[in-house]
Amino acid sequence: MTEWLEKHVPKMVLAPSFIAIFVFVYGFIGWTAYVSFTRSKLLPKYDLKGTIQYERLADSPRFEVALTNLAIFGILFILFATVIGLALAILLDQKIRTEGPLRTIYLYPMALSFIVTGTAWKWILNPGLGIESVMHDLGWTDFAFNWLVDPKLAIYTIVIAGVWQSSGFVMALFLAGLRSVDNEVIRAAMVDGVSTPRIYMSIIIPSMAPIFLSAFIVLSHLAIKSFDLVIALTGGGPGYATDMPATFMYAMAFSRGDIGQAASSATVMMIIVTAIIVPYLYSELRPRHD
Amino acid sequence: MTDMSMNNAQSEKSAARVRLAQRIALRFGLYALLIVFALYYLMPLFVMVTTSLKSLDEIRTGSLLSLPRELDFSSWATAWSSACTGIQCEGLRPFFWNSVLLSVPAVFLSTLLGAVNGYVLAQWRFKGSNVLFALMLFGCFIPFQVVILPMAMTLGVLKIAGTIGGLVFVHVVYGIGFTTLFFRNYYVTVPQELVKAAKVDGAGFFRIFFSIFLPISPPIIVVTVIWQFTQIWNDFLFGVSFSQAGTQPITVALNNIVNSTTGVKEYNVDMAAAIIAALPTLFVYVVAGKYFIRGLTAGSVKG
Amino acid sequence: MTETTQQILSIENLDKAYGTVKILKNINVSIEPGEFLVLVGPSGCGKSTLLNCIAGLEESTAGDINIGGRSMIGVSPKDRDIAMVFQSYALYPTMTVGKNITFGMKVRGIPEEEQQAKLAEVAGLLQIDHLLDRKPSQLSGGQRQRVAMGRALVRDPQLFLFDEPLSNLDAKLRVEMRTEIKRLHQTLGASIVYVTHDQIEAMTLATKIVVMKDGVIQQVGTPNEIYNHPANMFVADFMGSPSMNLIPAQATSSGDGTKISIARTGGEYLTLSFDREIAGMNGSGAKEVILGLRPENITDPLSIVAQNGQLADCHIDVVEPAGSDTFVVTSLGGKQVTARLRADAEVVAGQNASLAFDLSKASVFEPESGARIA
Repeated sequence: MTEWLEKHVPKMVLAPSFIAIFVFVYGFIGWTAYVSFTRSKLLPKYDLKGTIQYERLADSPRFEVALTNLAIFGILFILFATVIGLALAILLDQKIRTEGPLRTIYLYPMALSFIVTGTAWKWILNPGLGIESVMHDLGWTDFAFNWLVDPKLAIYTIVIAGVWQSSGFVMALFLAGLRSVDNEVIRAAMVDGVSTPRIYMSIIIPSMAPIFLSAFIVLSHLAIKSFDLVIALTGGGPGYATDMPATFMYAMAFSRGDIGQAASSATVMMIIVTAIIVPYLYSELRPRHD
Repeated sequence: MTDMSMNNAQSEKSAARVRLAQRIALRFGLYALLIVFALYYLMPLFVMVTTSLKSLDEIRTGSLLSLPRELDFSSWATAWSSACTGIQCEGLRPFFWNSVLLSVPAVFLSTLLGAVNGYVLAQWRFKGSNVLFALMLFGCFIPFQVVILPMAMTLGVLKIAGTIGGLVFVHVVYGIGFTTLFFRNYYVTVPQELVKAAKVDGAGFFRIFFSIFLPISPPIIVVTVIWQFTQIWNDFLFGVSFSQAGTQPITVALNNIVNSTTGVKEYNVDMAAAIIAALPTLFVYVVAGKYFIRGLTAGSVKG
Repeated sequence: MTETTQQILSIENLDKAYGTVKILKNINVSIEPGEFLVLVGPSGCGKSTLLNCIAGLEESTAGDINIGGRSMIGVSPKDRDIAMVFQSYALYPTMTVGKNITFGMKVRGIPEEEQQAKLAEVAGLLQIDHLLDRKPSQLSGGQRQRVAMGRALVRDPQLFLFDEPLSNLDAKLRVEMRTEIKRLHQTLGASIVYVTHDQIEAMTLATKIVVMKDGVIQQVGTPNEIYNHPANMFVADFMGSPSMNLIPAQATSSGDGTKISIARTGGEYLTLSFDREIAGMNGSGAKEVILGLRPENITDPLSIVAQNGQLADCHIDVVEPAGSDTFVVTSLGGKQVTARLRADAEVVAGQNASLAFDLSKASVFEPESGARIA
């Protein structure tokens, strides 16, 4: 009996967590996916009615805006955060004496809540009293900056705030990557007379492909989940101009009382995330031959 | 011949001077660039702090980037104890304590479970344990929107809807994935022979965990606690979805203050409230930032 | 069955598989009290898995292991009356040296005084008294090795298990610790199973060697038997450094004895007489064989071991002076063949020299199966 116990203790210790994950992650995903095929409205219904909810989604101009916004935000956010993060990492990698404090400054936004970030940028980008008035005071009286209230441009304010918050984290990722590049290769290249920019372009950056992948995964994941920042910065407005799938889903679930639309839009989000994450996890977890 | 070599020596010297000047210019440019970036990251914090210390009049007439003419702390007092979050006007104070009551047990429980899970997945592997790990890891990445509806119903069934206990439960469940990942990646670098040696010495599963693994864990515990605390303190989605008037966490209250449409817009109070909401995580980050960076990179680089 | 009670360890028909991959196939080994058994083989041959099975750290798929005459099926490591020393030493990083050594006794609930007495005894034996309050991270490689052995010694078990304990040490320290382990074995009279991939360690330490390959035991024997009468070409090649020359040749038997001919460059043959019977030839006919000749059995004619050698002129390709000996490489039977000459033998690369071939200690193998036939 004790022998049996001894042998199975590890499994029993893992069991509660695994059961929780199994029910509350996979079970709930299953529930949401199932409900997305019903006519649920204010309350969930459990009789399958085919793809009606997805047809409604496809017809919904609001969801189309949300998907377009996700694409705009996702691409610009990932692009700028990666470029700025990489640039900062390379600059900081030049034996900078004040690296410690600078790194702290670049990274602190990561410790903030998106709600705080959104509140701060909402004030800075305030059409009357923010950057615009600073420029007017500086004598540039024609300067107009009303992106926050312009339905066409409001989405870009979310990009600005998002990049501000997340690029420091990307820098930390790249900096760790730069520090782990094999020093001998770099020294060999220097002895061969290769210039510093060239060393970065042809040796160091290509060797950091895994870090680019990690950064991409983290950033795309943040982009798809982005909810707090939109709520705090624009509230999804003006109108629904800055809606994203995450805010669309929340609005359907809690203010519109349309569980069917909420479930189907959540399922669409899940599919997008899965398409990105599963190949990544597969490549990370497959047994390595060493 | 001597002339020639003198000339050579001189031109060598001047070339060296040019190279030195170039290098100094390059260094100067480098530092200038780094400082510009630093200002970009600091500007919002600067604006938040100065705005929170200005009077409303000064905000309307003055410049966003100017220092306050005189320090006015009244908006901090308002934000803490009398700002309106919807119909209630008690400031952030009650919500601050909600967030404390919520994050402390949630951080503790999720870290503890992560430590034990990571220990099993790294050192006591069994058939299928890698699959379990992959399934747990995937749980870290799901968009939480996909679990919100059934979770709201489940919390109702369990009679913990709208309670702090309910929020703790949610944060623990969806935090296990990350905490397990952290501990697993840390323990997996410990040679398996250590467990074997302890087994031969007669120690069992828990004895080995408490006598050998827990004592080597402080670095990863610090990392996990910081990570979980930041995640849970800063969470908005679960807070706004699963709380009610009296149990909201501070992020939800902050959003309510900032986006309340009644009365005059008090930007200084908004900023003071935002800083109050950010202080705990900023404090943790400044005090233990070194570990924070290490932890953030450890999880995603090592995979 | 009375035999098994005398044996410290006996392994019977042991199999071990991970899924469909068989790691150990039908292992049978036993040792008497006081024996020093070395399991040797290339990496991946299953020797460490076998040791883990003996320790109870891995379960076998079939067969039985008896320690002290008791079956170990379902017995956990702590109840097997064994102690183990690991390759990475596996010292508990947060415990001091003293705590590392007494941890096992503490877990077993042995009284504090007895623990301290044991600790003092073992620390004295291994000369680590002055290190007892240090952490493992403050020790050198050799000191860690001693602590790991100390942890095993305090157990005073029936059987010691060593898993490549010296492979993390540098060359000089390795030789020192090897001597140390041998001395401990002699003074304590302990029974030991020792895993290594280093054939010199195996030769110097063992009273009995088990050579393994691909999960199958190739040969069990004393160091002398393994070295001089390798059971097959794998053992012949694996044991000894530089390794045995394995030269394709033709054996012919007739009334006036057996001859072995080796092809040389230019279509000539080097023919040597062989005074033993080759299995399966029945004293007549011809057969393709592999002649196994250790470097020390090909010498220069002036060497004292060359008395019963048969002389032949060989073209010397490479000369490698090694201080105590000079190794030369020549070409025979299409193979590079190494000979071991006196240090001051006069040979020049690129020229011919007379070499003495001593076939009295030669081995002959069947080319297809690799089995020893003489």
